[in-house]
Amino acid sequence: MKKGFRPLVLAAVPLTMMAVSQAGAADLTIGLAAEPTSMDPHFHNLAPNNAMRQHIFESLTEADENQLTQPSLALSWQPTGDTTWEFKIREGVTFSDGTPFSATDVIYSICRIPRVEGSPSSFTSFIRDIVEIDVPDESTIVFTTSAPSPLLPTNLASVAILSAAAFGGENVEFGAEGCENAGTYPASADFADPAVAVGTGPYKLVNYNPGDRITLTRNESYWGGEVEWDNVILRPIPNTGARVAALLAGDVDVVETPPIQDFDRIRSSGFEIEQGLSNRVIYLHTNSGEAVPPGVSGTDGRNPFADVRVREAVSKAIDRNAIVERVMGGVAVAAGDLLPYPLFGTREDAEPDAFDADRARELLAEAGFPDGFEVTLFTPNDRYINDERVAQAVAQMLARIGIRTSVDSMTASTFFSRRGQGDYGFWLAGWGAASGEMANPLLALTATRDTDAGTGLTNLQQYSNPELDALIAEARRTVDDDARRALLQRAGKMAMDDYATIPLHFEVTPWAFKSSLSLTPRVDQYTLAMGVSAAN
Amino acid sequence: MLVYLIRRIGQSILVVAVMATLVFLSIYAIGNPVDILASQDADQQELDAITRRLGLDRPMYEQFGIFVWNALQGDLGRSFVYAKPAVDVILERFPATMELAFVALVFSIVIGVPLGVIAGLKPDSFVGRSIMSTSILGFSLPNFWIGLMFILLFAVQLRWLPASGRGPVTEVLGMPLTFVTWEGLRHLILPAVTLALYKASLVIRIAQAGTRDVMLQDYIRFARAKGLSHRRIVFVHVLKNMMIPVVTVLGLELGSMIAFAVVTESVFAYPGMGKLLIDSISRLDRPVIVAYLMMTVVIFVIINLVVDLLYAAIDPRVRLSEPKG
Repeated sequence: MKKGFRPLVLAAVPLTMMAVSQAGAADLTIGLAAEPTSMDPHFHNLAPNNAMRQHIFESLTEADENQLTQPSLALSWQPTGDTTWEFKIREGVTFSDGTPFSATDVIYSICRIPRVEGSPSSFTSFIRDIVEIDVPDESTIVFTTSAPSPLLPTNLASVAILSAAAFGGENVEFGAEGCENAGTYPASADFADPAVAVGTGPYKLVNYNPGDRITLTRNESYWGGEVEWDNVILRPIPNTGARVAALLAGDVDVVETPPIQDFDRIRSSGFEIEQGLSNRVIYLHTNSGEAVPPGVSGTDGRNPFADVRVREAVSKAIDRNAIVERVMGGVAVAAGDLLPYPLFGTREDAEPDAFDADRARELLAEAGFPDGFEVTLFTPNDRYINDERVAQAVAQMLARIGIRTSVDSMTASTFFSRRGQGDYGFWLAGWGAASGEMANPLLALTATRDTDAGTGLTNLQQYSNPELDALIAEARRTVDDDARRALLQRAGKMAMDDYATIPLHFEVTPWAFKSSLSLTPRVDQYTLAMGVSAAN
Repeated sequence: MLVYLIRRIGQSILVVAVMATLVFLSIYAIGNPVDILASQDADQQELDAITRRLGLDRPMYEQFGIFVWNALQGDLGRSFVYAKPAVDVILERFPATMELAFVALVFSIVIGVPLGVIAGLKPDSFVGRSIMSTSILGFSLPNFWIGLMFILLFAVQLRWLPASGRGPVTEVLGMPLTFVTWEGLRHLILPAVTLALYKASLVIRIAQAGTRDVMLQDYIRFARAKGLSHRRIVFVHVLKNMMIPVVTVLGLELGSMIAFAVVTESVFAYPGMGKLLIDSISRLDRPVIVAYLMMTVVIFVIINLVVDLLYAAIDPRVRLSEPKG
């Protein structure tokens, strides 16, 4: 075995020398796990697109590596009333084509978002609250919202700013029902042209070759100071084996999400691996409606999951540490909440439920199921890290307390379609909180489902707790950060105590890269050239 | 010949129509694209908007009717993911795949024909036996495994060739090609050889059998008796006659190389149509999947036609003894 590795070590030597000699050229090639579907920053609200566009387009605010909202094109912001936010914008910023950035560009960008033709998933939800935009002076923008909107600064981090002048929208006027004088909005496909994809970001588009590569070059006039890399090449390599091979062969400098089982090989070949906690929780949902849900049997016509004691028994029967150690190879963190601490609204003392099979059996007996019951655990098998294997482990652990569990796994596209049709009684899934604060998972996973009000959209388990709903609603109205944090912490505790969702673990995102580099892991799992630098 | 041609074209159209129905119905039976396309935070308003925009709110027979009507006018729908005509999305990737397939085709001929002829001329020699037994390996080793081993050996260990991707593109006669530059060729070698190995083995076996068969023919014996040199017999008479089955098979195989280089393209992260197909399936981009399969059918049908014509051109007997009825 040792002998086999020797050529690899030898091969690594000229590589490091090469990396040093290339430092003058300073190019960075990144192997992406998924490809952005367009260069238009308003086209598709999808993680690869959102990560990609940050190189070229910026927003008023931005999420830092812990998803805390930081200034970007805005210098500062504050609420000036229940429904008004005042933003001071940065002066002296120019787009990469030389035109100066102004408040008009912000209005134009917000106007275009609902009007992107053919958008598979639009950014409208981030700006829906805005009913009025005023520009009292050149450096100030005041947003008026239809209801108190504490998350407006967070939401605006998702709104990429285009140049109004580039598309003839200098005289645009905002209107909640539609803007005027906006000219003709550019089509999404046009952004493949570097002359159209003009933003204020640290890089400029050179070439977009779908399926192959996206080439970026340094924006010399960037307001944020010196940009580290001359050229950045983003290469989509969805196949994990090919992605790791590309790294080992020196084709790329950084790869996203190398598989856990390759870690030893990557490290022994002289590469670094960096891991960062993500905002994605892997959880179990239990259909707690009146009727016996699909896949449950042996319960005499009762739905066991309607009883909180059964949900607690399920949670206590699961040895989360064993899953993290054995199934996830240590690349995960056992979860006792819907978001990891210290993200906004999380509790420092939210410990994962301890494994206690005896207590779980007692709880089952108390709930009237001393002999357990039979249930099918549904899971996707290609969506989350080791998803199917986690489900298998959960099934075995539940079998130990008498809940005879079989696993039904399927590809993600089928899994989510069937979940939407209510085919499951018990399932495993994951939730990444795009906004990076607790209101997001609480609202999506535990609030009573009401599609018109936009609450409980992923609460397909018929869970409903009016007390919890009231807390979440209050938090969503509260603009003051400290008060909102306290409300969210209370709501989080209430949801966990009622097993409104059974969290298993938080995913940890790995990156592998050349040892001559360093990388800042991000909670939102984005891979940004701005987060990679030459190690000193 | 003309009747034959017309009949063949009629059959082809029938095949295309049947395939269109099958492909459409089966693809529309799986999953709901909206669940994949929409962001997880999307509310009902947004989901409804997407459904309407994609035309998925209509009943299936209506969607099928629209599809057929548009297809007859040459429009195979717009990609859900890219919001561009599906055919354009596929054609963007077409040159890459064509290039890969043709380079692989050249490799399989260059490797396969000489080895096959040598093995056919001296079937009982050590060389002949070695060639034949090695070709079994080419048949039986799975494509993805060969690809991974090549990457491991030539890209990771030896670092001679890049592990993945496509080289810099140069415009040649309006076609974006890469094999004209050394860097581009370097990127092509591994995937093309991987793709070619199976075909080369196939060619070796057919060429060997063909050569052995031709060597026993009377006209070869006659040529010998006439005192022609061995070289002339092999290069003119044997080669020409044993190429007929090779061309037929390679024609068909070219189609499958273009349409189903899926595995090779995935392993090498090669930006061709196969990779697009895999990506589209996982994203439930129905129009692209349907358009891809329809184009595949059409390509196969055309290649079959061309092969038949080529066949007729090489072998005069086909021209003369055309079947009746």
